[in-house]
Amino acid sequence: MHITSDKFKSLAHDAIHDDRLKNGLMIFEKFLPAFREQVIGRLPEFEAMRDQARDIKDHTLSHLDFYLARFEEKVLAQGGIVHWARTGDEANEIIAEICRGVDAKKVIKSKSMVTEEIELNPKLESEGLEVFETDLGEYIIQLRDEKPSHIVGPALHLNVDQVSDTFYEAHQKYGRTERVVEKDALVGEARAVLREHFKTADVGITGANYLIAESGTIGLVTNEGNADLSASLPNCHIVVTGIEKVVPTLDDATLLMRLLVRSATGQEAANYMSFYTGPKRVGDADGPEIFHVVLVDNGRSNMVGTEFQDMLRCIRCGACLNHCPVFTSIGGQAYGSVYSGPMGSVLTPALTSITQAAHLPNASTFCGRCEAVCPVRIPLPKMLRHWREREYEAHLIPRAARWGVGLWAFLAKSPWLYRRALSIASFGLGLMSREDRAGSARWVKKLPLIGRGWTERRDLAAPKGGTFLTQYARQQKERR
Amino acid sequence: MSDPTRVALFATCLVNLMRPRVGFAALKLLEKAGFQVDVPIQQTCCGQPNFNSGDREGARSAAKQTLEVLRNYDYVVVPSGSCAGMIRKHYPTLFDEGTPERKAFETLSSRTHELVSFLTDVANVDQVTAKFDGVVTYHDSCAGLREMGVKGQPRSLLSSMVGCSLKEMEDPEVCCGFGGTFCVKYPDLSNEMVRKKTDSIVATDADCVAMGDVGCLLNIEGKLHRDGKAVPAYHVAELLAGMIKDEAS
Repeated sequence: MHITSDKFKSLAHDAIHDDRLKNGLMIFEKFLPAFREQVIGRLPEFEAMRDQARDIKDHTLSHLDFYLARFEEKVLAQGGIVHWARTGDEANEIIAEICRGVDAKKVIKSKSMVTEEIELNPKLESEGLEVFETDLGEYIIQLRDEKPSHIVGPALHLNVDQVSDTFYEAHQKYGRTERVVEKDALVGEARAVLREHFKTADVGITGANYLIAESGTIGLVTNEGNADLSASLPNCHIVVTGIEKVVPTLDDATLLMRLLVRSATGQEAANYMSFYTGPKRVGDADGPEIFHVVLVDNGRSNMVGTEFQDMLRCIRCGACLNHCPVFTSIGGQAYGSVYSGPMGSVLTPALTSITQAAHLPNASTFCGRCEAVCPVRIPLPKMLRHWREREYEAHLIPRAARWGVGLWAFLAKSPWLYRRALSIASFGLGLMSREDRAGSARWVKKLPLIGRGWTERRDLAAPKGGTFLTQYARQQKERR
Repeated sequence: MSDPTRVALFATCLVNLMRPRVGFAALKLLEKAGFQVDVPIQQTCCGQPNFNSGDREGARSAAKQTLEVLRNYDYVVVPSGSCAGMIRKHYPTLFDEGTPERKAFETLSSRTHELVSFLTDVANVDQVTAKFDGVVTYHDSCAGLREMGVKGQPRSLLSSMVGCSLKEMEDPEVCCGFGGTFCVKYPDLSNEMVRKKTDSIVATDADCVAMGDVGCLLNIEGKLHRDGKAVPAYHVAELLAGMIKDEAS
């Protein structure tokens, strides 16, 4: 997984000043949270379902080996094949090998964040395969050679004009030389182009929202139906997903599904919620004859048993992104990782390294809104803090910041010095301040050192009359 | 006969350094509610800057200092949801379960309250006598709201003030972008967040904005002032204690 999270600051800066982003971000910031609130308002047991989902996931994660083995056994019994990939590269090689085995020329894919994570498309293309994303958003960003900006709405950072330009350029080769500008017409054009690819693809690759251990079934949730076409039209279906997606039973999967859809898009149900068990059986009218499941670890099992284990409960709904004031100010691409927002800021360092992703856990105010909406109650701020602890322990934070933190801890255990230091600071701020026009208050317009960041676009009201402890002590003396 | 209940005011660094008036407002409100209040002079920082910077050891040593200063009080009252949350929610997690130390921190945790919710939920205060002639919009500071459950309490006390009416801003529960050291480490982001917040405040046409944490207060107030928006920002205690009447509002 390649990331550019070390450029977070400059990417975030550019994103803030990119006006084209604003409309897309509005969908996450305003509409999706409002839809979610409406839909959970109609489901009084929602909070109890969250507890139950957390418990199911925790139980499964503490018996992960058992449930994965059972899942494999059941898939094999249905005539499917299960592959275990320790890394992204291993997964890519396994998938390429399957494609070679069926002499594939064309691959269609439905939306899968794991294949984004392991960078499957470039691998398959290097093997000479034609690869087509079939989720509309993924299709658009594939044409533009971009990374998804949101785990659920990968192209929502783009506006209609940009999509129009992209299709105009990319669809010339299909004889579509007229520029289309209307939303519905653009969707129609993508549908027409993709329909041909669906019919002629040799392999269909999908992700999985759930792996159901009791039956070897995979569960898929989409709104466009493209996953169903990808899973059932080509003769070979490859499921690529992370090992943490396993749940014990169908009941567990349906509970998660009810939470997932409400949390993700504020719908009561997605348009398509499908289950696939093994390849086509004798007497089946359709379906793939070859069925593979590639189970990807890629760093996940290293999280089991650590302070980051709870992150493996994540069902990829995107609610934490939609409710994150940082995400909704900059969008997903600024994070430099296919996983963005709070969940991405916890997951990315785990799947790559904290050195590469050092910014992500720090770019949070710990406002806690992500945890408040997480359908499986992942304590996201706590985990971001754990990453900061790892950074502190590994001396990854700038020396001056570390020195400041150490000095502060020293003051906090030295009351007399603490009072002196705050009094000096109070006095210093007074010196730096100027009276405002009304003459009623004093403001600091420019702070030195680390305070510069504050006064770039904010003032600071200067304190009056010394610290509270000084003033209070003086009052007490006068009273006596 | 004085009330034997021992109440400590834990002022917090930002009140101590930047907004002493909030400390006096808290004292006034607590005394009016019938408590005798101590301000332990040995109090320092709750350790949150260290805790949130990944320095658990530094946070632990600050926690121990704070425990020493506050352990003999029946109640610890804090005019900040964030620092109250540190003591109440996070202190115990810094120490191993089952140890006497952990137990002492759990006791301190159970006695620690955010100021306004202490007034309403523990002291059963349901109205204040201060007046404010105008419309107030209230910003929910994150830790107060999500760690300490402060939501209706400040609104109900503000509504009890003669002349005061409330008007909600859009998304009052969304963070203002302060975030402790976040605001100086990521100034662009912090500024974008406080820009949205102050836009929502200005859109209400309220006469002032109130909140329960001095961190958010400095951020919101500083942004409003820099952008030339004449909306004063107050800690809710300043309004409830009637400490702003000599200011143009």
